[in-house]
Amino acid sequence: MADNLPSEFDVVVIGTGLPESIIAAACSRSGQRVLHVDSRSYYGGNWASFSFSGLLSWLKEHQENSDIVNECPPWQEKILENEEAIALSRKDKTIQHVEVFCYASQDLHEDVEEAGALQKNHASVTSANSTEAADSACLPTEDQSLSTASCEIPTEQTPSSDPESALEVNDFEATGEKENHCDKTCVPSTSEKETSENVPMAENTAEQPKKNRITYSQIIKEGRRFNIDLVSKLLYSRGLLIDLLIKSNVSRYAEFKNITRILAFREGRVEQVPCSRADVFNSKQLTMVEKRMLMKFLTFCMEYEEHPDEYKAYEEITFYEYLKTQKLTPNLQYFVLHSIAMTSETASSTIDGLRATKNFLHCLGRYGNTPFLFPLYGQGELPQCFCRMCAVFGGIYCLRHLVQCLVVDKESGKCKAIIDQFGQRIISKHFLVEDSYFSENTCSHVQYRQISRAVLITDKSVLKTDSDQQISILTVPAEEPGAFAVRVIELCSSTMTCMKGTYLVHLTCTSSKTAREDLEPVVQKLFTPYTEKEIENEEVEKPRLLWALYFNMRDSSDVSRNSYNDLPSNVYVCSGPDCALGNDNAVKQAEALFQQICPNEDFCPPPPNPEDIILDGDSLQPEASESSAIPEANSETLRESANLRNPEEPSE
Amino acid sequence: MHGRLKVKTSEEQEEAKRLEREQKLKLYQSATQTVFQKRQAGELDESVLELTSQILGANPDFATLWNCRREVLQRLEVQKSPEELATLVKAELGFLESCLRVNPKSYGTWHHRCWLLGRLPEPNWARELELCARFLEVDERNFHCWDYRRFVAAQAAVPPAEELAFTDSLITRNFSNYSSWHYRSCLLPQLHPQPDSGPQGRLPEDVLLKELELVQNAFFTDPNDQSAWFYHRWLLGRADPQDALRCLHVSRDEACLTVSFSRPLLVGSRTETLLLMVDESPLAVAWRTPDGRNRPSHVWLCDLPATSLNDQLPQHTFRVIWTAGDAQKECVLLKGRQEGWCRDSATDEQLFRCELSVEKSTVLQSELESCKELQELEPENKWCLLTIILLMRALDPLQYEKETLQYFQTLKAVDPMRAAYLDDLRSKFLLENSVLKMEYAEVRVLHLGHKVLQANDNTIESLDGVTNLPRLQELFLCNNRLQQPAVLQPLASCPRLVLLNLQGNPLCQAVGISEHLAELLPSVRSSLT
Repeated sequence: MADNLPSEFDVVVIGTGLPESIIAAACSRSGQRVLHVDSRSYYGGNWASFSFSGLLSWLKEHQENSDIVNECPPWQEKILENEEAIALSRKDKTIQHVEVFCYASQDLHEDVEEAGALQKNHASVTSANSTEAADSACLPTEDQSLSTASCEIPTEQTPSSDPESALEVNDFEATGEKENHCDKTCVPSTSEKETSENVPMAENTAEQPKKNRITYSQIIKEGRRFNIDLVSKLLYSRGLLIDLLIKSNVSRYAEFKNITRILAFREGRVEQVPCSRADVFNSKQLTMVEKRMLMKFLTFCMEYEEHPDEYKAYEEITFYEYLKTQKLTPNLQYFVLHSIAMTSETASSTIDGLRATKNFLHCLGRYGNTPFLFPLYGQGELPQCFCRMCAVFGGIYCLRHLVQCLVVDKESGKCKAIIDQFGQRIISKHFLVEDSYFSENTCSHVQYRQISRAVLITDKSVLKTDSDQQISILTVPAEEPGAFAVRVIELCSSTMTCMKGTYLVHLTCTSSKTAREDLEPVVQKLFTPYTEKEIENEEVEKPRLLWALYFNMRDSSDVSRNSYNDLPSNVYVCSGPDCALGNDNAVKQAEALFQQICPNEDFCPPPPNPEDIILDGDSLQPEASESSAIPEANSETLRESANLRNPEEPSE
Repeated sequence: MHGRLKVKTSEEQEEAKRLEREQKLKLYQSATQTVFQKRQAGELDESVLELTSQILGANPDFATLWNCRREVLQRLEVQKSPEELATLVKAELGFLESCLRVNPKSYGTWHHRCWLLGRLPEPNWARELELCARFLEVDERNFHCWDYRRFVAAQAAVPPAEELAFTDSLITRNFSNYSSWHYRSCLLPQLHPQPDSGPQGRLPEDVLLKELELVQNAFFTDPNDQSAWFYHRWLLGRADPQDALRCLHVSRDEACLTVSFSRPLLVGSRTETLLLMVDESPLAVAWRTPDGRNRPSHVWLCDLPATSLNDQLPQHTFRVIWTAGDAQKECVLLKGRQEGWCRDSATDEQLFRCELSVEKSTVLQSELESCKELQELEPENKWCLLTIILLMRALDPLQYEKETLQYFQTLKAVDPMRAAYLDDLRSKFLLENSVLKMEYAEVRVLHLGHKVLQANDNTIESLDGVTNLPRLQELFLCNNRLQQPAVLQPLASCPRLVLLNLQGNPLCQAVGISEHLAELLPSVRSSLT
């Protein structure tokens, strides 16, 4: 096993989160030999997305707080006299306060298993090899097999191939087909499944077809249709990540959908925020004069820098106060402040607010009527796309691969190697380590912030419209001073992140208390817990909660490198996800670190035209085949999804 | 370095590209040549289809080749069996679609598709509508595609309501879309036809108000978008003015009856008939225009027989009935008088207000209020200012005169590029206002019975239109800007003109002017100094 890995690299990257993956891709693209490892069994670290059962296993791991017990050969004896070691952490401490609530009825079938039906259906699509692997990966016993897997990796599996992800590919495609099929026959996929397997249940649903309630067992069974993000982010249409995806051509590995609407929560009601020209024109809630006021103000914001005289006098006050001085009704002030600038009454100065508004508007209209894109199958696709690019250019991947320590040369003070779980010493020039891999010794002086997260599965949208396939972002302002606004992102099933008939809702805010304490008030405002009792005559306005998860995630962004104890100069720290909506922080970080590793090199330049590549029997071919180990992100069956490309460039 | 890709240098790439281009050009030219040779030789067979498709596939704007294809297809139509023809047509439709993808705005391609669909025994219009929808999805302002869509919708007899809903959906996406607004203007009258007798083109008030709201949404959202303003003006000004007989004049001297109409018409044509009743009994007369050419004209006259003008009765009544226009007018010639007339007062709504002719002035009033509201927010928006001026004009030119002039001033300042146009418009309005004022004061300036026309001090440069005035005897044109004697040519057609005063015009300085005038207007005694 250990013999399989080369013993020398240029760059070793530990952790497969977004910044690490971008750097790995950039280095590999520049011709560096890259080893990219992750101790987890999945890509993305805290940037990952999980199927429902995958998420349950992840939860179990964090709730039980179980140490990953590894019987690794001791590394201490491998350290030479002129060397020191920096031990890395074996346990992920970034997730806290995990709380799970299930509201959907759990009756009947305790023993339902996820994807049983799916697997039968699609055995033909899945290659024999990965079906086997899949069985172990997606049965409820997964957590067991995972914890053992890390020390007993079956010998026929190379560390660089990831059976679970490989299965995911097939399954995604199969899911797509399935969905299309359901569209045609107009049979809700859920009841279809019921009929085939659970006869009593099927009769039940047949009796009351009007309330096609989703049960917990259905969620479990359709669990593969979920892709639940640990971090909830969107891509600004003109953000750094989109630019990078286009520039590097990594965009071809992913597909995106435009967020369809921006919502606001005001006076207990959810309403749509008109922000594009078409929205304003079509809005029924704005008066004619308000339309003009809003358009006029937004037009000004687009080029506010050219009219300093218009805002100079207000530079000292907050954006909120500034908006009051403008010709805007309170209605419009609220929309601009919370939903367009996405700030709060106290947080932003006039200039910050204008800048945020401009950025929002600047992104508008590039790919649609809102400034945001969401990657199909979840945010977790993005790190994998960059990993794929890294692999295409020769990077080597090992999941479930623990790095025990960094080896530092006493004399030079530089890190020279790692020692992995098998005791193998791997030499390298540069070492990138994601924050969560450092031990407490290294991080004892680091002050971390926390992110409060909630993930909900609901039965309908917070704002119903003709189409049930809306992707919405809603900002709920903080009620009390000192608290933070809560960002709500509601995903529909066509984003391939949840089963048909449900919505996946992500809530995010900077923590002031535990996630549940921070977010539950907002959840209660927007949703109502699912109850068995039918309120017959009353039209239930709010969507029902079927399932809810709260957790806190460590926010290691904005931590100065100096806060870590005794890091050699060639060890670079990547942060975990930050709380912001966009991904700019990850890209900035990746580019800055890349420039340190490869000064004067272009950052992820476009790959050359295949026709222009000169193949001279170099080792290119076998290395390129590594790409098969990286999950394929796109599914050809989806026609509506946005193909990411620069719309300014003619497409045909 | 390890793993680094080796890539062709830019010179190598350049060279490869150059060779490729050269190759392409050769192929293109030789194919074109072959096609022309075959066409000349009359070899219009499937090989021509194949060759032209290669060229058109790359460059769909080669109109001659489309003609070639049509010739081939026409020939094959007679030679082939229906089954073979169906395959051919299917291939042609597919080919056209691929050409449209190369250039969605190719005149030749769209035209060819029209032509082809028009010849098919059973064209699949639903598919064509789908095609239009797809191309408009990509570019909602592709007017080639809009044209084609209108063609398809007409051929397939798509209900106007469906097409209207289609324009709705595209306007919702982007309202800066002339084609879409225009299509609405065609569809709405079809959807809401008026009873035959009434003036055509008016919309029912509820429909009109809904459209006005839609278009207001557009210009409040973006007041600089012209398409919405133009549609707005269409909505308000789209009704034809009521047909009317403006004036009736009878002259005993000349035994002549003159009628003037609200619009030019061709009396004697199939639809336009005039009925003349003299003392309540019909009289058959021959109508003619003043210039005798009997082309559509505002003015028509007829000679009257002596019996209708005799001086024995206390009076004669003349009534002209315009059947198509649903209008009539009557005038009386009293005993002992030489002439009689009846005419509308110039204060009548129709005189100068045909620009915006919506049925209800309440609609105009509320539009004016909306525009003024917008103008407060956008004081420098030229479209808004102009619309206000036009609305005020349509509502009450005299009451709003002062305000209108102020708006003109603002408008000229914000839109200096159109200053001359605005000056023209302003002067036209001022002129009309003066006429109106005189009308109110009962000072008749436009007196058809007069034999003298005073037009001094008017900066007149041309006399176009001053033709065939049968009674004009004296014309005063002092202190104008007539440059050359030739500009007086139109006056030669006024049979009774005897006196012409040209003092203070530049042409008075011309050499030999008197001789020139004597030759041009022999019967006229002109005064030059």
